[in-house]
Amino acid sequence: MEFGPYLMLASLEGAVTTAVLSLTAVGLSLVFGVMRVVNVAHGEFFMLGAVLAWWIASAIGGMGGNPALGFVIALVLAPLVVGSIAAVADLTILSRIDYDPERTIVATIGLLYIMQQVTLMTYGPDARPVEAPFNARIALPWVEFADGRPQIYWPWGFGTTTYKLGVIVAAAIVLLGVWFVMARTRIGLIMRATQLDRDMALAFGIPVGRVYAFVFGLGAGLAALAAVLVVPIQQAHYLMGGDPLLLSFIVVIIGGLGSLPGTVLAALLIGMSDGIISVFFSPTLAKIIATLLVALVLVFRPQGLFGTRATR
Amino acid sequence: MTAVRKSLLLHGGLLIVLFGLQFVLPAYHHGNLARIMVLASYAIGYNVLFGYTGLLSLGHAMFFAAGMYGMGLGIRFLEMSPALALLAGLAAGLILALVVGYLALRTVGVAFMIVTLMFAQALFLTILYFGKWTRGDEGFVIQQPERVLWGIDLSDPVNRYFAALLLFAVCLLVSLWLIQRPVGRVLIAIRENQERARMLGYDIFAHKLAAVMISGGISALAGAVYGLLFGYVGATFASVQYSIFPLLWVLLGGAGTVLGPFVGTLFMFYLIDLSSALTTAHMLIAGVVLVAVTLFAQQGIVGELRRRFWRWLP
Amino acid sequence: MTKSVKSGAVTTRRGALKTLGIGAGAATLPLWARYADAQSSAPIKIGFQVHRTGIGAAYGRWYDRTTTAAAKMINDNGGINGRMVEIIAEDDGTDPKRGAEVVEKFATQYNCDVGFGTLFSHVVFGSAPRAGELKLPYFVVSEGHHVASGALNRYTLQPGITDVKSQVQAMAPFVASNLGKKVTMIFPDFAFGHDHRDFFTAAIEAQGGQVLEHIAIPPTETSFTRYFPKIPRDTEVIYHVMVGPAVLTFVKELGEFFGPSRPELFGFIDSLEAVDIGSAGLEFLDGTYFWEGNPRYAQENQSEFDKAYRAAVGVDDNGASLSDSKDIATYSHMFGCWETLNIIKRGMEASGYAGPDDRASLIEAVEAMSDMPHSLEHPQGAKRFNGKTHQTFGHQYITRVTDGKLILAHTTSIEDTLYPDEVDYTTQSF
Repeated sequence: MEFGPYLMLASLEGAVTTAVLSLTAVGLSLVFGVMRVVNVAHGEFFMLGAVLAWWIASAIGGMGGNPALGFVIALVLAPLVVGSIAAVADLTILSRIDYDPERTIVATIGLLYIMQQVTLMTYGPDARPVEAPFNARIALPWVEFADGRPQIYWPWGFGTTTYKLGVIVAAAIVLLGVWFVMARTRIGLIMRATQLDRDMALAFGIPVGRVYAFVFGLGAGLAALAAVLVVPIQQAHYLMGGDPLLLSFIVVIIGGLGSLPGTVLAALLIGMSDGIISVFFSPTLAKIIATLLVALVLVFRPQGLFGTRATR
Repeated sequence: MTAVRKSLLLHGGLLIVLFGLQFVLPAYHHGNLARIMVLASYAIGYNVLFGYTGLLSLGHAMFFAAGMYGMGLGIRFLEMSPALALLAGLAAGLILALVVGYLALRTVGVAFMIVTLMFAQALFLTILYFGKWTRGDEGFVIQQPERVLWGIDLSDPVNRYFAALLLFAVCLLVSLWLIQRPVGRVLIAIRENQERARMLGYDIFAHKLAAVMISGGISALAGAVYGLLFGYVGATFASVQYSIFPLLWVLLGGAGTVLGPFVGTLFMFYLIDLSSALTTAHMLIAGVVLVAVTLFAQQGIVGELRRRFWRWLP
Repeated sequence: MTKSVKSGAVTTRRGALKTLGIGAGAATLPLWARYADAQSSAPIKIGFQVHRTGIGAAYGRWYDRTTTAAAKMINDNGGINGRMVEIIAEDDGTDPKRGAEVVEKFATQYNCDVGFGTLFSHVVFGSAPRAGELKLPYFVVSEGHHVASGALNRYTLQPGITDVKSQVQAMAPFVASNLGKKVTMIFPDFAFGHDHRDFFTAAIEAQGGQVLEHIAIPPTETSFTRYFPKIPRDTEVIYHVMVGPAVLTFVKELGEFFGPSRPELFGFIDSLEAVDIGSAGLEFLDGTYFWEGNPRYAQENQSEFDKAYRAAVGVDDNGASLSDSKDIATYSHMFGCWETLNIIKRGMEASGYAGPDDRASLIEAVEAMSDMPHSLEHPQGAKRFNGKTHQTFGHQYITRVTDGKLILAHTTSIEDTLYPDEVDYTTQSF
């Protein structure tokens, strides 16, 4: 493929990655920012979202329903269910160990094992697809100069699907919604107050325990929502949580702890660079270079690209 | 009895018990214990950085793998003797620790976790990328004739057990020695309050770098010995999972205790082993136990013992 | 979990222990196991290393079902040397470290007669040295070239499934003469993929073809479109092989990338093993070709052996589980478990195997085997075992997607799959 369309295609793919990643990472960032704990099980909440989406979609499909209807119901129901599971886990486990950073890591690794095994035993080891509500291939045009004038043509293999574009739009809408909640509503104000100073928030009568459970559930719910969006592109599988966890972890740190705009910008950076670097190098080498770049960014800007205060 | 004598008695006693167990254990547990001692050495290496210096690395598999591959590639392509290959593994780990430490120590907290994680991931991918030499994920076998160290066949169970015990004893004593020395005290001071330690005039960066190198060196040595004793070198040992393991072992056993890494490794090994004999859902049992430990043994097993009974435990 | 199969009745070891009144648990197992095999009527214990968790779980489940079915058939026909077969299955987490530990457990705790059943080649590599040291005959069902390349040891054999080198090289003549000579290969960037790259590139060049581009996909990759523009425009055939949970994404994105104007496609079924060919987004595969180890769909000329085998393992004519039409079998690989167990049985019978002291003669008996006819014991087809390289050779199948089904288009001869020996394990001592 010619260079121009190739770069454009890689950017489009990068944009889809960015969309899904930013939702997942914003979820982790909320938990990180407000509660100051590393949730290792975040990727498993993502996985649960995808698996539930499959279940809901195939149940609706089994009753003779429209696949699009199943998908829409999953889009609403799966995040709610996953969010509730997370909130319960927070109330029964994390709150009882007082959100101690290190013990939280062990406890969430434990949760990760539990969720993976339960999914394996009930849902099984297969990767299962969910049908997209709409999915048409769009061939994209490109312009080249021939015979001294610009001409439009359709390069071989240059295209995308309507669903992928839909994912980008949906993610943007949800992110705006999260921003609105955080910046313009009372619950957002309470969350920000808790983030800034937990003790002061307590003193002002904010039910910090309930706020934490809500935030933990909200973070997990966002991950699940991202997973429902991605499951028509990538299938639901009980081990699918590892990659989103690592990537969103990176995004949160690069973006600067607890900074939502920073997180989204970092998702854009990571998602796009992953796609674009692959244009110039052989695939695995591109991964190595992208990985080292992330490390070096942090080495020379430990507070993250968009963060202002030192971490911890 | 002073705390020092008690601690010598305890740790010396453990080593003697491990020595004695060699003669009474059934074959299966005999083999397991050899493996556990090597893995516990890895955990001891991890504990130096995490437990005593307070730096949480998520990329220690890179040191373990550097040792393993330094050893394995030395034998495979340079026809090194096992002794030389072990040194090559150690050297590989130390060099990597120097470079990674120099860069990663510019960060703290979660950023340090991510940077180490990324470096480890880069090493993992590099091993796959150079599959022509490393055979990627499949890895390669170190054949029995290549595993004879000074006339001692390390594939023999008895020799393997003693080699593992020797490694474990050295690592245990080094970590015990380290925390009694001023340098170890400084590391603990850094963990407790870095600014105060700096104010007292200690070179924080140099001490942390030393901790990374000791930690990386021990981990690499454990990796090299593991490959040599069990005859296999593979990329799985460089994957994220193997960076999480020592963290888990150390937290379970008790971070910042000398015995914690061993106890945690032993506990986790038999937890998986026994539960997988009983049920296919062994991960479920492991998960529930991990959650239970965080709820009811907050400082890990040895840490909890120290808090409740033996306040002198190092 | 451990499982024993006696005359078809599946009981758990735990259940068996309880009936013996030793319900206390695993801690008492070693003693019990050690003294139990004194009687000659005791079952023959086959340690089954199974990928229950980890990346190989989708394969492991079907390996488990096939093994259970094969053991049941053997026991229904009187067992081995008059003794029942007991399958002792334990999860290896698809991890080479745990794999080695499980082999140790088979040899020293359960006192198994042989170890068996490993699929993923890194687990084979991690486990085989321990099997050799513990002198436990280790029958792998892995497809890897590890055994035949000489990297392992005399105790490790692969008699029930062909290796990737023979499979790949047998495909080249068909690809070159029917699909095209300018090939682009897409494969995972680790050892399994590198084997495909090296062996197929050499084989297609021997046919007068060439590989225009090698596209190696990093492991754990979940989206692929951005790599496809590297496919050269003048490619006539795309040769693809992918493994892992993202295989369906890979194939779907390949279809989306090309749209209506695709080159010829030739894939290894690994790219879609355990995946329904009828999944949404795979319609473009119609008219493309696949290598299959054993055709997933019952063919027109289906042999009575395949019919009986299919029924025994519980697979319908479309390659799905009889109880769940969405549960697709790993049909191209799992027959290896069935055939290997039957070879173990014949080897034990030929050597008069009585207990662990006869392990060396069991291996010699298997090494002495050669041609194995197409039969109920070998439902995939005839085999030719090479005792020196410990590797079996057999027919390979090429199927074409026609109306959403894989229809047989070509069957290679065993001769197509042969290559010069790379090792002679029989010269190694026991």
